[in-house]
Amino acid sequence: MANSYYDPADLRKFGKITEWSEELGTKFFDYYGKVFEEGALSAREKSLIALAVSHVVKCPYCIDAYTKDGLQKGITKEEMMEAVHAGAAIESGATLVHGVQMMNKYNKLSM
Amino acid sequence: MQKSLKARDNELAVTNKQLEILDGGIFADGELPYFKDKIAEIGHFPLRPKKLEILQINVGYMCNQVCEHCHVDAGPDRKEIMTRDTMRQCLEVIKNTGAHTLDLTGGAPEMNPDFEWFVEEAAKAGIKDFIVRSNLTIIRANKKYHHLPDFFKKHNVHVISSMPHYTRGKTDKQRGDGVFDKSIKALQELNARGYGMPGSDLRLDLVYNPSGAYLPGDQMAMEKDFKKALDEDFGIQFHNLFAITNLPIARFLDYLIASENYEDYMYALVEAYNPAAVANVMCTNTISISWDGWLYDCDFNQMLDLKVASKVKHIKDYNEDLLNDRNIIISQHCYGCTAGAGSSCQGTVA
Repeated sequence: MANSYYDPADLRKFGKITEWSEELGTKFFDYYGKVFEEGALSAREKSLIALAVSHVVKCPYCIDAYTKDGLQKGITKEEMMEAVHAGAAIESGATLVHGVQMMNKYNKLSM
Repeated sequence: MQKSLKARDNELAVTNKQLEILDGGIFADGELPYFKDKIAEIGHFPLRPKKLEILQINVGYMCNQVCEHCHVDAGPDRKEIMTRDTMRQCLEVIKNTGAHTLDLTGGAPEMNPDFEWFVEEAAKAGIKDFIVRSNLTIIRANKKYHHLPDFFKKHNVHVISSMPHYTRGKTDKQRGDGVFDKSIKALQELNARGYGMPGSDLRLDLVYNPSGAYLPGDQMAMEKDFKKALDEDFGIQFHNLFAITNLPIARFLDYLIASENYEDYMYALVEAYNPAAVANVMCTNTISISWDGWLYDCDFNQMLDLKVASKVKHIKDYNEDLLNDRNIIISQHCYGCTAGAGSSCQGTVA
């Protein structure tokens, strides 16, 4: 048993979740595979979206996976960092926009 | 400029050490399956040749570059060079072979002092597809090589050139400072002679291989990206892009171990194993000939000194029928040729 919650080697075992629930696991991986196929968006664009979301949801497995995926697709480090900033901007914006709620409440309570 | 593993007396310069690593560790522990067991599952063990299509001749390990990933461990300090006597033996074979493609590689093949003589003589044999694997920078490395684009055109040579990325940073990181700019200049000169232009018979293909511990992406998508970027930024045209997987041998193996990526990389190769690629791996239609005339199943086996398992082991005794009746020698590096869409010197195979 690993002595930390996240072990990079666990990423290789992701497929094994199907062993404990074959139907749901298989449905998930079929869906997942389909999502990342070339469509109205290119596989390259989807990889960058996945990288940004990986950071927002703070998933270390996903960050490892989509950094490698980006390298495989020839995505540059500048493009990857811009995607991370796009995610970070939305995440910080989501925090900051609540400032309006704070301002509303402040104004309501104040004479 | 860094030196070759051989010049550094690196333990991996001894091929047995590399084979020991490839056969041991995670494979010996049973964590990952041996390649022979994987191909046995689909009835391909022992792996056997099909019709011979390609004669690949390595005319020497000397190179003007010392690329980080090089499976040949080539560089300016490598002195192994094919002599004219061995070339004459090769020419006899070329005149009589059933193969339709002749593929000259190195090192930088152009650095062999008899390279042009050999090309002129080999071209007379009228082989259908005559490939020279040029690293591009050699064309700009020294005045004595500046005429090469004209020389290639004169003999209708099919030029296949390495180009790790369409950005300067990634290319120079893998192949050395200044390589990108020189490569661009060389490509423009080849284009100026008609090489790589749409509809042109002067074939110019590029080879992409990853600059690190990851597998190449989809060949078609990469080709699209390369074509767009090289055309927009430099007006460069080429025909096809071949995406080649780095095999875990020589300098790339040294890099994988030093960067602690070896196990992950082997996992990635095994995970990406594609049974559909096995039937068309390049060792099934290729014979590789070394600078000193020994025969191998492929250029990678040549670098691991795994000579063909045949009565015929040297060009002086060459016999195509006997050679075609052999078992191909395999090890765990072979997973590199069956990953994803497969990988060969001609790109994907599945």
